[in-house]
Amino acid sequence: MADKSFFIDTTRCTACRGCQTACKQWNRNRATKTVQRGTYQNPADLSAATFKLVRFQDIRVPPGEEPKWHFFPDQCRHCVNPLCKMVADGKGKGAILHDGKTGAVVFSPEVKTTPDDFREIREICPFDIPRYDGASGAMRKCTMCIDRIREGMLPACVKTCPTGAMNFGDRETILDMAAAKFDEVKKVHKGASLLDADSVRVIFLLKDDPDTYHQFAAKRNGVGGTGTMAFRRSLHPRSRLKTS
Amino acid sequence: MTNHWIDLRNSDVILVMGSNPASNHPISMKWIMRAKERGAKLICVDPRFTQTAEVADVYAPIRSGTDIAFLGGMINYLLESDLFLKEYVVNYTDAPFLVNPDFKMPGELDGVFSGYDEDNSSYDKKTWAFQLDEKGVPKKDTNLQDPDCVFQLLKKHYSRYSIDIVSQVTGTPRDKCEEIYKAIGSTYVPNRTATGCYAMGWTQHTVGVQNIRAFTIVQLLLGNMGMAGGGVNAMRGEGNVQGSTDHALLFHILPGYLPAPTASLAGLKDYVLKHTPTTKEPRSVNWWSNRGKYITSYLKALYGDHATRENDFGYSWLPKLDEGMNASWLALFARMYRDQFEGFFAWGMNPACSSVGAGKVREALGKLKWMVNVNLYDNETASFWRGPGMKPGKIKTEVFLLPCCSSVEKEGSISNSGRLAQWRYKAIEPLGQSMPDAEILNELYFRVKKLYQKEGGALPDPILNLTWEYGEKDQEGKVRHLDAHKVAMEINGYYHENVYDKTASSPKLIGKKGDLVPNFVSLRDDGSTSSGNWLYSGSYTLKDGEVVNMMARRGKEDPTGLGLYPNWSWAWPVNRRIIYNRASVDPKGRPWDPERAVIKWNPAAGKSGGWEGDVPDGPAPPLADDKKGALPFIMKPYGVGAIFGSGLKDGPFPEHYEPLESPVPKNPMSEKHRVNPTIPIGKLQAMAKDPAFLFSFDYERYPYVATTYRVSEHWQTGVMTRHLPWQLEMHPQQFIELDRELAGVKGIQGGDLVEVKSARGQLSCVAIVTDRFKPFLIQDRKVHLIGMPWCFGWQYPEDGSGGDSANLLTPFMGDPNTLIPESKAFMVNITRIEKPARVSDQPGSDSLDRGRG
Ligand code: SF4
Ligand code: SF4
Repeated sequence: MADKSFFIDTTRCTACRGCQTACKQWNRNRATKTVQRGTYQNPADLSAATFKLVRFQDIRVPPGEEPKWHFFPDQCRHCVNPLCKMVADGKGKGAILHDGKTGAVVFSPEVKTTPDDFREIREICPFDIPRYDGASGAMRKCTMCIDRIREGMLPACVKTCPTGAMNFGDRETILDMAAAKFDEVKKVHKGASLLDADSVRVIFLLKDDPDTYHQFAAKRNGVGGTGTMAFRRSLHPRSRLKTS
Repeated sequence: MTNHWIDLRNSDVILVMGSNPASNHPISMKWIMRAKERGAKLICVDPRFTQTAEVADVYAPIRSGTDIAFLGGMINYLLESDLFLKEYVVNYTDAPFLVNPDFKMPGELDGVFSGYDEDNSSYDKKTWAFQLDEKGVPKKDTNLQDPDCVFQLLKKHYSRYSIDIVSQVTGTPRDKCEEIYKAIGSTYVPNRTATGCYAMGWTQHTVGVQNIRAFTIVQLLLGNMGMAGGGVNAMRGEGNVQGSTDHALLFHILPGYLPAPTASLAGLKDYVLKHTPTTKEPRSVNWWSNRGKYITSYLKALYGDHATRENDFGYSWLPKLDEGMNASWLALFARMYRDQFEGFFAWGMNPACSSVGAGKVREALGKLKWMVNVNLYDNETASFWRGPGMKPGKIKTEVFLLPCCSSVEKEGSISNSGRLAQWRYKAIEPLGQSMPDAEILNELYFRVKKLYQKEGGALPDPILNLTWEYGEKDQEGKVRHLDAHKVAMEINGYYHENVYDKTASSPKLIGKKGDLVPNFVSLRDDGSTSSGNWLYSGSYTLKDGEVVNMMARRGKEDPTGLGLYPNWSWAWPVNRRIIYNRASVDPKGRPWDPERAVIKWNPAAGKSGGWEGDVPDGPAPPLADDKKGALPFIMKPYGVGAIFGSGLKDGPFPEHYEPLESPVPKNPMSEKHRVNPTIPIGKLQAMAKDPAFLFSFDYERYPYVATTYRVSEHWQTGVMTRHLPWQLEMHPQQFIELDRELAGVKGIQGGDLVEVKSARGQLSCVAIVTDRFKPFLIQDRKVHLIGMPWCFGWQYPEDGSGGDSANLLTPFMGDPNTLIPESKAFMVNITRIEKPARVSDQPGSDSLDRGRG
């Protein structure tokens, strides 16, 4: 199996939230109790029970300007060099697996993590993805639907997306597709960007400034961690991970 | 839809107006996106900036309820700029027809057409007629110059709709109007098409029918009807709503759009005579001339051998409406409210939330003796008696809640928006004691029949003589399990006698008694054939001696390359994928757009030429054929598309009137008539005899325009989706969306609780404050518009956290033609509720799950 990647073309996303639901359904993730908080986005954030979240950015525009409503179907980026794994490995092997075939970065549901270790791991993630299941002590996030793709199926979120916003396939093909779409979109939207294509396996195409989508849409300098930081942390583990 | 979902991909300009496909028809966006890939322009005209607007190329705001002004301006623009396909308009529409010279229009008569009768809120349509020649055919001016011709009248009527006026009425910026008119107008050339996607945003108004007609006129002028990527497309929401309409969900029709019989039509002959249009136009196919065959075959399907020539095929057993009787939704509930009903079946519906004026509907339910609610879950209707403000001790209605299966627990066909009847299979066994609806009906029928057998009673014949051959019967004669295939075959129809072709020299057997009929062309009015619904004749039939369920076909061939997929299930009529497709070719049968040929005439085919492509609207050769050529609009007596719609109650051309409740004291289009002059306000109020049915014209008391809509996450009133935790998680509570300026004035912030009040009731909602709503400038006054979804109800979630239905606010009034209620434009006031509304969110199971602060 060649290594895989996603291309998420947000210029086609209509925020139907089919992906958010399909993800919960496939992963048997429960619904959380929510309230209307003055936005369509719900739940408020990713969680141990929400791996895929369509973020709605209801943008404040100057008078006379057209409204903007940006949709960002957030999920783990499955980094090519996952910093979370470097930190976790420093604390003991096994909590985070990097699948050699697909490139999926997968949290083991069997490995318990202490809250402190989890905090470090979450902090190192440039996209603020890892979440913690207090009840089981395991870390949780998008699995790339590795249990589906090993069977030759598409990830649940991709399968369900009606608009072509969510795409999945061999990395080479996906990179070509992303580059071609980016060229097209650039012609109409001057501020378009293709996010972190070299370093992640979930590549977002945006028509507007990443900040207008989500605080952690693009990899941040200074937020999250750098490879060196992760490496240093892995050398000075504060605690050890346990396999239960 | 005149076209179908996949066909959206063939369009060059897609006008989304009165609908929000991204939220409500997510799959349609797949095809809209494909069109965009080809370079198509997506235009979204909506009071609010929707999910569709975010992916559209052009967005224009419009004040809710002013679509005719916008579309009238479009018609004016097209005519002024000569953007119409002349050959199409002259040959395929009534534009050249001459109208009675006494016909007058609102511009001349201060807001009404000639023949208005103020006392009865109705029109005498004498002057709305065409001038006929000595043969009885309309007189024409094919140069479109005669001042009495439809084209010139159209031009004159819409000359009042300049962009300036349009902008003042709709609040749509002038440049946006112009940009959109230009884009739509660009499709007047033969090789470009525009389509319109509409839903309740066009229909649910006191001018609902005319909203759609206005766009029909646009499409006829541009030559877009019948074309791939063209048409007028109603985005039907509920998976089988097309099927339920085809099979006569509504009071005014029998299956297959046969008019419901009325008391004055005593015999079948009278019915056929009254409802069979005739024409003197020699080249009109006038398909409804077959009415007699369809009604007779329908009666044969109902009553089988009991239907004989001697007893008028059982016509007298059909229920009849009183002459002029209106049994639409609004009228039924008004009468229920007046104590005129004993019992009510609320089958798969939740009127306590879905109906306009839901508060009144809830009271009306309390006046029944009994109510049966067939549903998947308990809901606000079944439990109305314990709802907010109800006194259970005082309510005598006995409620029966029958649990039915969901769609995956039963087999059968559903008809989607594109008229595609697809067979579906049972995936799992029914849960608990639930039964498929058809089995519930089977039980009901058998018990009612037994009572009639035992006790006689008034008019037992319609029940006792009904055919019910849907499966093996038990000793008592009850069908054990209802077989959906048997029902489908009855709908297709059978030969009840051997039928011979008597024109052949030695009579040739063309239909054998007991065989399924091949399609509706073989239906007859002599009792030798049956069909439960002529439109579906051909859906389950004999092919080369084998019985074939055409709806279960799954062929993926696409010979035209247009996405017609003729071997995938089956579309009515006769597997035609794009209706009015004869209009997609010029009079010689050559496609207007050879690149997207829906059909084309091949003179070399067969003995005397033939059609290729989609199933054509009839086999006749193209119009230019002197002898046998036929006009394209085969359902119309004159064979052409009707720009002049004299059949409607409120005028042959759409005219702008304000919604019943509007922020505008005067209709800028006419001094005298603010609202549609043909809505029967008086009648309905008298029927209900209750001041609560009143409307408020006091726009100081109710200053804000309100509209209602749906969200992707919830289905209809939410009965099915509120019970799905994943859906509820995404949209847990009733909300109101409003603009920043209004929120500022009212001291409202996102997440605050707001009370919304109309003349009918009040509702608390959580505020979403957003720039996606913007105040409108209407005749130099600032007008704010708010919006709410209508998918919530008090009964579930059980803690009441969801809120209640937005239909507690909507007005109990509708379009004069259909009485579809006006829930998309009404007036409200809002106030902030002074108590903290926020309950802290609990996204995960652990506090560590919270963001990094
Ligand atoms: S399924 Fe596709 S279109 Fe729908 S929200 Fe997810 S990414 Fe967007
Ligand atoms: S890949 Fe699977 S786990 Fe990841 S977001 Fe998509 S559906 Fe969820």
